[in-house]
Amino acid sequence: MSEILVQAEGVVKRFGSHTVLDGVSFNIYRGETVVLIGSSGSGKTTLLRCVNHLEKIETGRITVNGYLIGYRQHGGRLVEDREANIARQRRDVGMVFQRFNLFANMSVLDNIILAPMKVRGENRQIATARAEALLARVGLAEKANAHPSSLSGGQQQRVAIARALAMQPTVMLFDEPTSALDPEMVGEVLAVMRDLAQEGMTMMIVTHEMNFARNVADRIIVMDQGRIVEDGPPAQLYDRPAHAKTRALLAPAR
Amino acid sequence: MHFDWPYFWHQLLQPNSAFLQGLWLTLFISIGGQVIGLVIGLPAALARRSTNKLLTWPARAYILLMRGTPLLVQIVFIYTGLAAAGILRFHDIHWGGMVLAGNVQAGILALGLNEGAYMAEIFRAGIDAVDPGQTEAAKSLGMTPSKILRYVVLPQAFRIILLPIGNQFNIMLKNSTLVSVIGVSEMLLVTETINSATFRTFELYSVLAIYFLILTSIWGLIMRLVEQRMDRSRLRSPAASLGTTLAETV
Repeated sequence: MSEILVQAEGVVKRFGSHTVLDGVSFNIYRGETVVLIGSSGSGKTTLLRCVNHLEKIETGRITVNGYLIGYRQHGGRLVEDREANIARQRRDVGMVFQRFNLFANMSVLDNIILAPMKVRGENRQIATARAEALLARVGLAEKANAHPSSLSGGQQQRVAIARALAMQPTVMLFDEPTSALDPEMVGEVLAVMRDLAQEGMTMMIVTHEMNFARNVADRIIVMDQGRIVEDGPPAQLYDRPAHAKTRALLAPAR
Repeated sequence: MHFDWPYFWHQLLQPNSAFLQGLWLTLFISIGGQVIGLVIGLPAALARRSTNKLLTWPARAYILLMRGTPLLVQIVFIYTGLAAAGILRFHDIHWGGMVLAGNVQAGILALGLNEGAYMAEIFRAGIDAVDPGQTEAAKSLGMTPSKILRYVVLPQAFRIILLPIGNQFNIMLKNSTLVSVIGVSEMLLVTETINSATFRTFELYSVLAIYFLILTSIWGLIMRLVEQRMDRSRLRSPAASLGTTLAETV
């Protein structure tokens, strides 16, 4: 747990005149599961989206595996990188979205093998074999030929997790992965995430599932108004919350 | 009113060879114009959606010009105007025994350029209608913009725009009559020519209208079959257009 995988330094992000991220810095170590919590508008989703450059940042820097994300050094300044380079950097960063975002024109299997084949140039047999193994791992082996719209929300989200894992990322980002699900489907998605955490995947998770945060996270980062106000292991945050925001957010789960 | 029924039936059921050649020319010009429109439409739509001003502005200017001026004026401008200014003169092209007349080339080009502007807007609407969440997911998997377009966005956009494209071709069939103004012997000009010799205006234009009605009806039938096929494939694999909406209601 000593190697830093994701590092953010002084990240500032604005939408117009509104400052969403106000100088955010953190380290994520290899194998860690880190949960980001905060009330809505605190900047946690935006922060996650900056890690794979789905959002531009004004100042600061984010590195994954030592590579600067989205920008390159140019005469002492940071300028936005070329699309092809940004695409290359994103291969290592898997992302799971609140609304699953499966490709609606493809079967479950094709959703999973598309990027390995078209981005990494894998042949169909190898990509399919891995896709089938991943589907088995998320409990959907029999759904390979199904269409996304014939699946429940929980099943779609598990396919989305398999699709992200098929690129063999070094870190996985989860943006409120259970917020769009019916309550009875939340458990199956969290179970898959818990397995991933136990297998040593590095994960950053934005969620409102406080029990999951408490039981699975190695660390919880608490955000408020674009800043990190507290960062520590769940036990410490639950037992000795230092910040009023932490107390307010964790109170219902205690 | 006198309506010469025997003449009408004769023209309708046994049209002379000049009229049949006009019919083929109408089809040839319409299809040619539509193909050019399709070929121009996609790049114009992509340029229009680009964030690069060097691409956006020419695309905007093209669409504004083509949609903002009459097609008839464009046809005359391209064939007669450009030649008069010494910029471009359309010469007949010969291959083997076939001749592609200069005015036919100009007519197809004008129809195609005009169509391209409408196609650009249809393509743009189709691309914008694809759920942007899927584009983000594809980005997060390391796909480049061109691959996202090719594998994720365009296949879904094509389904959305198939019917609007069919509608455009219906319009194209009828607009092709406008190239008669530069002397292309398509169905309208042939009809005018026969009329000037026979003066059976009402009968002849009735026949012309019926021929267009038949062409557009056949095309309508083809589009309905395509639509049914799309519906069937949607039932078999209910993803395509329902997918995202269902997913979002979950």
